[in-house]
Amino acid sequence: MNDLFKNNVKRKKKLIKKIISQRALLLMLLPGVIFYIVYLYAPIFTGVIVSIKDYSTKAGILGSKFADPWFKNFKFFFNSPAFIPLLKNTFIISFSKLILGIPLAIVLAILLNECRSLKLKRAVQTLTYMPHFLSWVVIYGMCFILFSETNGLINDWIRSLTGSSIPVLTNPSMFRTMIIGTDIWKTTGWSAIIYLAAISGIDPQLYEAAHLDGCSHFKSIIYITLPSISSIIIITMILRCGTILNAGFDQIYVMYNEGVYSTVDIIDTWVFRTGFENFNLSLSSAVGLFKSVISFTLIFIVNKISNHYRGESLW
Amino acid sequence: MVKSRSEKIYQFVIASILILIGILCLFPMLYVVSVSLTPYEEYLRQSGVVLFPKKITFEAYRQFWKEPYVLRCFINTVLISTFGTALNIIATVLMAYPLSKRDLVFKKFFTIFALIPLLITGGMIPTYLIVKNTGLLNSLAALVIPTLITPYTLLITKSFFSSINGSLFESARIDGAGEFRVLCSIALPVSKPIIATIGLMYGVSHWNEYFSSLMYNSESTMRTLQVVLREMLNRANKMEADIAVPTRTLQMAGVIVSAVPIILVYPFLQKHFTQGIMLGAVKG
Repeated sequence: MNDLFKNNVKRKKKLIKKIISQRALLLMLLPGVIFYIVYLYAPIFTGVIVSIKDYSTKAGILGSKFADPWFKNFKFFFNSPAFIPLLKNTFIISFSKLILGIPLAIVLAILLNECRSLKLKRAVQTLTYMPHFLSWVVIYGMCFILFSETNGLINDWIRSLTGSSIPVLTNPSMFRTMIIGTDIWKTTGWSAIIYLAAISGIDPQLYEAAHLDGCSHFKSIIYITLPSISSIIIITMILRCGTILNAGFDQIYVMYNEGVYSTVDIIDTWVFRTGFENFNLSLSSAVGLFKSVISFTLIFIVNKISNHYRGESLW
Repeated sequence: MVKSRSEKIYQFVIASILILIGILCLFPMLYVVSVSLTPYEEYLRQSGVVLFPKKITFEAYRQFWKEPYVLRCFINTVLISTFGTALNIIATVLMAYPLSKRDLVFKKFFTIFALIPLLITGGMIPTYLIVKNTGLLNSLAALVIPTLITPYTLLITKSFFSSINGSLFESARIDGAGEFRVLCSIALPVSKPIIATIGLMYGVSHWNEYFSSLMYNSESTMRTLQVVLREMLNRANKMEADIAVPTRTLQMAGVIVSAVPIILVYPFLQKHFTQGIMLGAVKG
């Protein structure tokens, strides 16, 4: 008993000594930790509190009355006619971006890797990165002059070929296709970086051996390249699945209009409008919280599954 | 190795596809440039389709700078992209460096503490309430402070520092240098790739800042360039008769002004950010 106590004291003394010797490091951590608490952790708790209250600006976060019953805001959202269409739009857009985006990025990475001209490879890489650096507002501007029915370039070409134009910017289902298309245009080059880096890490001897055995380029890709980068593909898939409810708020809010709500209004845009245009902060927070919980659960499940079958895990 | 005929054909096909992809990425931008340089009369005469303007004019650009709030909001954007980014880098490095130390006290706690916000976020409205309660609304600080450190950037910076050979630091420590000295004179000089990567990440998000400005800064003079541009693009759509509608060429000049600075910067950092992205992919 006494020994245990002494041991404890000793350990505590050691810890205090360590803290003192690392005071410079801890001091460096301090601003970051404060930032984390105020701007990253506090919103999480605020979100939980506000979503079970009837928030009023006058009373503030803590002063506002609790909702009656506490899940009133959640219930309202689940029962509202907007719920199913929002969920559907979110999934369709997000899933299309995932299903088309990842394979295209892999194909681009493979093409770049197969290219023997370093100059061409470098030039194409630089060009494909460019859209990543453009804001959605800039891309929105581009869409006008490309797709506008009255004076868009692409519609002008289509008109001269077929005699009629396509209402890309006003037809709801075409608008959704455009949202998915522009996202792929913007992100594919950037997402290819990670696959290209993984491919360039493959031992070149594998390819040489395959070549000597008479393996075609196509076969080398199927049997060497793809299996070698499968783990990185799985990790990126896991990461994307966790964000499946993020269908691209930044993009859609900038580009959409009331005429196309039926196909591109997603959970986030609805949350934003409910909060900032209709000033129902509690309802909006509740939906945000619901989304956050689902995302967290998803990333957890997908990680478990992948861990179980492939031994690839995020943590 | 002598190239066989089939090998040549293969390379030709690959090169053609790649060139096509390159054009696909570049073309919309070039077309915007072309429209922005076309005199408005010619633009109307061609009913909006001008691949190669016969005459070029910078009139649209001159007009753009005269639009209300453009200059002011441009300056705001430049300020947050420079000073804001510098602050982001300093804060991120300061937090990442101690976290990368193997023998840091409470290391496990701090690491999990830094990881959790990557998985759970408060969401737009709660964050807005915090920004409001900390008195940042309608200030340039509202565009920088709430995103001072992004968890993802912190993690890749931390893994970079962890990957640097620890003995480098140890010898300096034995010589009696304090941690701040070690960070500034030993760690930072070898950290150019990661500084370039995170600087670019923060810089791009500041230059393209739209939502923070929209949510936090309702005052016209405190907005960012992207918000002004978006409004300009939409004004033409709504066709409100009493407001002067910006012409298409003027709008495209705005698009170019909002896009070009970042396009000029990223190619110079290209070799660094590839490495940075890879760091984000490896675990830890």
